[in-house]
Amino acid sequence: MAEALEDGPRGPKPKRTFSRRNIILYGTLIVIALYYLLPLYVMVVTSLKGMPEIRLGNVFAPPLEVTFQPWVKAWAEACTGLNCDGLSRGFWNSVRILIPSVVISIVIASINSYALANWKFKGSEIFFTILIFGAFIPYQVMIYPIVIILRELGLYTKLGGLVMVHTIFGMPILTLLFRNYFTSVPEELFKAARVDGAGFWGIYFRIMLPMSLPIFVVAIILQVTGIWNDFLFGVIYTKPDNYPMTVQLNNIVNSVQGIKEYNVNMAATILTGLVPLVIYFVSGKLFVRGIAAGAVKG
Amino acid sequence: MATSQRPVQLFRNMSAKIAAIPMVLTALVIFVGCTIWTIVHSFTKSKLLPSTKWVGFDQYERLFSQNRWLISIENIAIYGICSLIFSLVIGFLLAAMLDQKIRFEDTFRTIFLYPFALSFIVTGLVWQWVLNPEFGIQSIVRGLGWESFVFDPLYDADLVIYGVLIAGLWQGTGLIMCLMLAGLRGIDEDIWKAARVDGIPTWKTYLLIVIPMMRPVFITTLVIIAAGIVKVYDLVVAQTNGGPGIASEVPAKYVYDYMFQNQNLGQGFAASTVMLVTVLIILIPWAYLEFGGKKQHG
Repeated sequence: MAEALEDGPRGPKPKRTFSRRNIILYGTLIVIALYYLLPLYVMVVTSLKGMPEIRLGNVFAPPLEVTFQPWVKAWAEACTGLNCDGLSRGFWNSVRILIPSVVISIVIASINSYALANWKFKGSEIFFTILIFGAFIPYQVMIYPIVIILRELGLYTKLGGLVMVHTIFGMPILTLLFRNYFTSVPEELFKAARVDGAGFWGIYFRIMLPMSLPIFVVAIILQVTGIWNDFLFGVIYTKPDNYPMTVQLNNIVNSVQGIKEYNVNMAATILTGLVPLVIYFVSGKLFVRGIAAGAVKG
Repeated sequence: MATSQRPVQLFRNMSAKIAAIPMVLTALVIFVGCTIWTIVHSFTKSKLLPSTKWVGFDQYERLFSQNRWLISIENIAIYGICSLIFSLVIGFLLAAMLDQKIRFEDTFRTIFLYPFALSFIVTGLVWQWVLNPEFGIQSIVRGLGWESFVFDPLYDADLVIYGVLIAGLWQGTGLIMCLMLAGLRGIDEDIWKAARVDGIPTWKTYLLIVIPMMRPVFITTLVIIAAGIVKVYDLVVAQTNGGPGIASEVPAKYVYDYMFQNQNLGQGFAASTVMLVTVLIILIPWAYLEFGGKKQHG
């Protein structure tokens, strides 16, 4: 690998395509890429085989006979406990959790960041600092008191409670994201609007919101993947009927009773990973921006 | 501005203050309030319900006499150290390779990063399947003729945490690569030119010039990885559920199990407080380095 780096990395593109350096560099990259793609390949291949074929072969062999039966079973028939209506239940639960959580967390965080960026008041920076440091506190420290709070509010095991939890724990990263963006909006624009008589909400809806659509997209990507992939909050703050897809998937695959149907398990796993994967492949660079936004500045 | 009367302090900038209420509540009630609540109750005799009967450090003494907790700590230490080293090394090497003005950079980046879009549950289940000794890697190598080949990390108590590590690295190194790549791109082109004029070999330029220049990126990345490690939970639940036996238990799982299944809240509180202290030990020096100097400017 050291050899691959030996030539000037920032120099002009080498003339010969098949120089020794290039072969080593691309060779290494392709091998690593194959390693990263392998699990995805194994998932897809396994989910398309019948159980007899799985028992005979290995996980890497392509299916001899393609069947979509495992997919149907994973979606509509797989059992968790007493419910045998497959992952579809978890899917719709996740959708029901996802939509209000994403909308509410982004609305609250964006307005809050706007206040922090453009309408500073005494103490606002202190709360912001607490918020950012709070992002590093292990969730385990806060989960039980939150159970008590939600119980007092009558929201424990209810959808509303989980939405609240996602809003709370999404707040640090979203606030950071929006605040950094709003701060970069030229102050003259803000002042001109004030001179023209626009108030807090007027400026937000007429100037800030239309100007910051890209950052809203980044925030949506961030929240959709984060909330869809959540397991801990789902398992703590909902009851079995409302379990999100990740929790149900884990219950289906790791259930102790019955024969293990590996093809159904893998189909279920793909189905659960599909939503964030689609978002990832569609959004491309915006996804990278989303995850790097908090990280680099943080 | 006209000579209108100054409004009462509290009501100045009222809309902004209202907009900031969710943040203030989150910061004070959840991040500060709940954390303190848990720390205080870790010194009590809480069992099925939180109690206020003070018992000093009893819970901690019991915690550190539990074999399961000691194994959890050992596991997270091994996982943490390996994960830190490998994430940084692999992440940096991948970033350096992608920074060689290669073709298909976007394709490679997309492949290395896609696992990051998947949840830990999906990651854990896929790797549980790939590492399955009956059908996975072990069976393939045996099929090639090496009958005595053994590779079943998930069923070997001594190796299981490394099995989890493989999955964790697969999921997380893409993110580190992206952060490192951003750092590499931030380095002035002239540095490379100067190094080349001086005839310094590329690997030496990386080691002695570029990496020291990327110190802030490394530190931020380190903090992000470290904060994530302490929270490791879903991955273990999905991949091994702590098994075989208690060989792959982690602190976050200990907290969850004691709080919500074994009905021994005190142990959960004490364990989560230890997790918090660990994070603080990592975080405080970093915060001091990062923000300590800037504090004077307010």
